[in-house]
Amino acid sequence: MAKLKEKAYRWIFTVLAFSSLIFLVGIIIVLFKEGLPVFKEVKPADFIFGKAWYPTFDPPEFGILPLILASFWVTVGAMFVCVPLGVGSALYLNELAGHRQRAVLKPLVEILASIPSVVYGFFGMMMIAPFLQNLLHLPTGLCAFTASLTLGIMATPTVCSIAEDALSYVPKSFREASFAVGANRWQTLVNVVIPAAGSGISTAIILGMSRAIGETMTVLMVAGGAAVIPHSFFEPVRPMTSAIAAEMGEAPMGSAHYHSLFAIALVLFLITFVFNIVAELISRRFRIKLGLGG
Amino acid sequence: MDRRIVKIEARDINFFYGSRQALSSVSIEIYKNQVTAIIGPSGCGKSTFIRLLNRMNELVPNTSLKGAILLEEEDIFDPSVDPVEIRRRIGMVFQKPNPFPKSIFENVSYGLKINGITDGNFIEKKVGESLKKAALWDEVKDRIHENALKLSGGQQQRLCIARCLAVEPEVLLFDEPCASLDPISTSKIEELILELKKYYTIVIVTHNMQQAARVSDYTAFFLLGELIEFGKTQDIFTAPKDKRTEDYITGRFG
Repeated sequence: MAKLKEKAYRWIFTVLAFSSLIFLVGIIIVLFKEGLPVFKEVKPADFIFGKAWYPTFDPPEFGILPLILASFWVTVGAMFVCVPLGVGSALYLNELAGHRQRAVLKPLVEILASIPSVVYGFFGMMMIAPFLQNLLHLPTGLCAFTASLTLGIMATPTVCSIAEDALSYVPKSFREASFAVGANRWQTLVNVVIPAAGSGISTAIILGMSRAIGETMTVLMVAGGAAVIPHSFFEPVRPMTSAIAAEMGEAPMGSAHYHSLFAIALVLFLITFVFNIVAELISRRFRIKLGLGG
Repeated sequence: MDRRIVKIEARDINFFYGSRQALSSVSIEIYKNQVTAIIGPSGCGKSTFIRLLNRMNELVPNTSLKGAILLEEEDIFDPSVDPVEIRRRIGMVFQKPNPFPKSIFENVSYGLKINGITDGNFIEKKVGESLKKAALWDEVKDRIHENALKLSGGQQQRLCIARCLAVEPEVLLFDEPCASLDPISTSKIEELILELKKYYTIVIVTHNMQQAARVSDYTAFFLLGELIEFGKTQDIFTAPKDKRTEDYITGRFG
């Protein structure tokens, strides 16, 4: 009887474990199945490098370069915000904050990471955009810059939290060894702690990037939405995610437009997939380097 | 034999972690070029005490100290004293070998670099000397740029000793240096300690009474945060004055 029970548990958990794999495979199959037909209308190179995105014109044009560039600009811009803020606050939390401060601040940072992105979008739309518009006399505050800023603020807690974990994995004995030969706090941080946590911090940054590039609601609300190749950070842009979200409702099912949106999703999926693999490789190297095993 | 010079003097040390008292009125003299062993059961304050000698306990939050520790008659806790300078003069080797995940060379040269030395020839010479003094040179001279974590535990511990020696300290503190080593590595470290005492003043915390008897000239016995007895190692082990010392070294508790 007990044996049967154990067998049943084993079976249930195996099914549960494999279900996530099934979902993943299912999503990938759908992306390919629904995305690839667009290449009957447009050559892959023209799709990726085409400069015009006019899916509803006659004849339609399916060049997603403006969308890719918009995602790229907004993500890079967000990095300029979330890397210094996230890594800086991780260093503060780990090195300078006392126990009591950290006990309050770390959970707060993690709560910040769980705020729905639409709230960040609201914040960007209602506070940052009008502020920037007035400050810089822009035609509209909804532009790549605002999107970068909002996304950056949004990705900061992710970067901070993971980078802080990496710093706290650095064995205390490394710090002690450094202090014991007469290093001060700053030298210890720069020469021992940061190099030892370096790959973990890189992982944090890459995961922050993949959060920023995959974010939809915020950019839909604040990036402005113009599907043209951006020439400055202060122009409205339409990143890949917001193109999919905004247009999916209007694209007739089975049309070339519909398939092209799936193809965009496929490109996006491949990009974030590469990001995550790189992050995983780096963090594995980091564990081996610290002697924690692979 | 009684031409001994006091290198470090602890005067009436009381130390607290929060409200818990870890050391009570400890006074002791550490003599120059002698090995002083600190023995006692777990939790008796011996590690706490040795970590006070190079102000390492300051890294632990919420501690307080009364009393003075004099390094050649200068109070190391005086506000004008830089703890960084104290730690350069008083090196420390820890319980578990803790090399940095860098090359052997970088490990030993680390202390020189952070102390502002940039002369490559000097650094190279110093690294070689330190590794020789730590009896590790012959084993690593052909692979000095390999990652230090590839060394065995005993070699790593000698590397940590070499890393200390490179910055030319006056005192070496060993906090149970053999706690995680096998008997052969342990005996190598012990031989090394006997060799090093020609140049340095040494304090060693140990759980192993045979080790204390083998390497030390003086022994201090701690119990529950108090210094129970201090004297020549030979006297402590053959004719202890205090009943508690006798009970401990004969293995009646511990």
